[in-house]
Amino acid sequence: MNKTYGLVAAFDTTPELYRACEQVRDAGYSRWDTITPFPVHGLDAAMGMRRSHVPRFSLVGGITGFCTGMTLIWWANAYEYPLVVGGKPYFSPMFAFPISYELTILFTAFATIAGMFLLNKLPMHYHPVLKAPQFVRASDDRFFIVIEATDPKFNPAQTRRLLEQAGGKDIAAIDE
Amino acid sequence: MSAHSSDHPAPAILAEVKPAVLPRRVLVENHRDFHWITDKVCGIVEGQTPVWWWWCFGVAAFVASFTVAGLTYLVATGVGVWGHANPVNWAWDIVNFVFWIGIGHAGTLISAILCLLRQKWRTSINRPAEAMTIFAVVCAAIFPVFHVGRIWFAVLPGFLFPFPNANGIWQNFRSPLEWDVFAVSTYGTVSVLFWYVGLIPDLGTMRDRFTAAGNVLRARIYGFFAMGWRGSNRAWSNYEMAYLILAGIATPLVLSVHTVVSFDFAVALIPGWHTTIFPPYFVAGAIFSGFGMVMTLMLPLRAIYRLEDVITQYHIDCMCKITLATGTMVGYAYSMEFFIAWYGANPYEGFAFINRAFGVYAWSYWIMVTCNVITPQFFWFKKVRENTTLVWILCIFVNVGMWFERFVIIATSLARDFLPSSWGYYSPSIVEIFTFFGTFGVFSVLFLLFIRFVPLMPMSEIKAVIPQADPHGSGH
Repeated sequence: MNKTYGLVAAFDTTPELYRACEQVRDAGYSRWDTITPFPVHGLDAAMGMRRSHVPRFSLVGGITGFCTGMTLIWWANAYEYPLVVGGKPYFSPMFAFPISYELTILFTAFATIAGMFLLNKLPMHYHPVLKAPQFVRASDDRFFIVIEATDPKFNPAQTRRLLEQAGGKDIAAIDE
Repeated sequence: MSAHSSDHPAPAILAEVKPAVLPRRVLVENHRDFHWITDKVCGIVEGQTPVWWWWCFGVAAFVASFTVAGLTYLVATGVGVWGHANPVNWAWDIVNFVFWIGIGHAGTLISAILCLLRQKWRTSINRPAEAMTIFAVVCAAIFPVFHVGRIWFAVLPGFLFPFPNANGIWQNFRSPLEWDVFAVSTYGTVSVLFWYVGLIPDLGTMRDRFTAAGNVLRARIYGFFAMGWRGSNRAWSNYEMAYLILAGIATPLVLSVHTVVSFDFAVALIPGWHTTIFPPYFVAGAIFSGFGMVMTLMLPLRAIYRLEDVITQYHIDCMCKITLATGTMVGYAYSMEFFIAWYGANPYEGFAFINRAFGVYAWSYWIMVTCNVITPQFFWFKKVRENTTLVWILCIFVNVGMWFERFVIIATSLARDFLPSSWGYYSPSIVEIFTFFGTFGVFSVLFLLFIRFVPLMPMSEIKAVIPQADPHGSGH
């Protein structure tokens, strides 16, 4: 029982892909994607995508890191075991700054990468697109548009015609 | 090559002033296409292991065994096997640490700072440069960990990492040495993560090629690390944002790491260390030495793997010019140190600098000046930059000079401090020399493994900077 995952069309150059994306976007599809060997400049706009949400994760990570540094140092040197060094106050944000700064960066890095993985649903070792043989060139030199069968506007004949009109080559259905 | 050109109409003022159109340098010569790039980069990993690789690996492993033997002997016997003695209690260990960590900085500079500055030529060299960073940090970390002698103290709670010791006392977070622990471990971690994130799309390419070739085992291994990357543009969008943010945070990180390393000295009261110029001067020196090392590694690779189309003369020119600029900054710092020593009218500091240039360690000072100030000046000349062999030799001098810079700063200042009664002269022991010599083997072993198993260049990034990648079709 092979269920169709969607229709795929191939493009040989980035301008062709770019124009085709604009057409698919304007036709009102929502569950579709492009598969490209590198990030094509401006394709986000051509696909009508919104700005990535990764920075939200980074901000949370950065704030957490800075607060962790400051709290850790205050707790360790001024509260849990007050340590007199050179007759200075037990705590001051000045000397705690370098470590808090490094922890800000460390936690931002963790959060950014975790956010990217989460938003991209990685690791995802099984995906219909990875199974289809034509996609070996998607990580090499060819560009693809995939329109999923679950898209509310999906209709095998009409969608195929749209992709043909947009200049897609080797249009084929791929299995779930 | 501005892809933005057709997104926005040109401002009207441009029609009036008629700016000269400066041609952009091509980053990949001979009009190579996407497939050529994939084949070239993947071919290095997919092909048979070359004979030279085994020879280099054998020699590197032999050299690395010196470090293993030296460290084993040190742990079994005690730190006394190194040549440290009063008054020079910090010597080659910290010299080697700063030397290696400095080398790492060029990798992050190329991958992060040049990314933010949109220097597209970085794409051809950023992967090996980042690998160099990680391996240099590994070599650097050996020294602070082992200079405590009983190395288990480096990992036990209460010494380096923030846990209370057996008496319930925490670290002194006012100490630059503790800042260094955080700076270097953050640097190592973020460098590895940044490198790995950059690798994911290329590992996906490797997986797809091995799958197509029917090599199931290798497809599985690369596939595992590729995390199921499939080049979806919805994923690229998040990926590029994450990469940009990582570049954005790696930039202040790399500047802070060597700043903190310089605090190890600048915060102390020893004449010759206690100077405010140290942070910028150390960062410039680190980038200088790092670019020296990048070229030391990349020029032979370029020749062996015939990578002239991707690492063009333009790339070499750019790297030489950065080396020249940072080398000149370092030279400026040397002269400014002398000026301040005189202008500051502190007799101890004045003596420290006169002693550097004309005292017992004068030989090392003049090696440093020759290598670091004079060598890079050759890069002013196009003829020199175009002679790859000569560039490589000059880069070796840069590496040597930057090692001596750290030696001069550390050994001369400690050997001649305030009290003449506590003066001394430091010479390294044979164990120390072998241990340091061996780190080049450790570094080479790691780097050779990297060349063999990891795509040497970021294919997806190189593809994105060639003219065919422009979706507006103009190619410019």
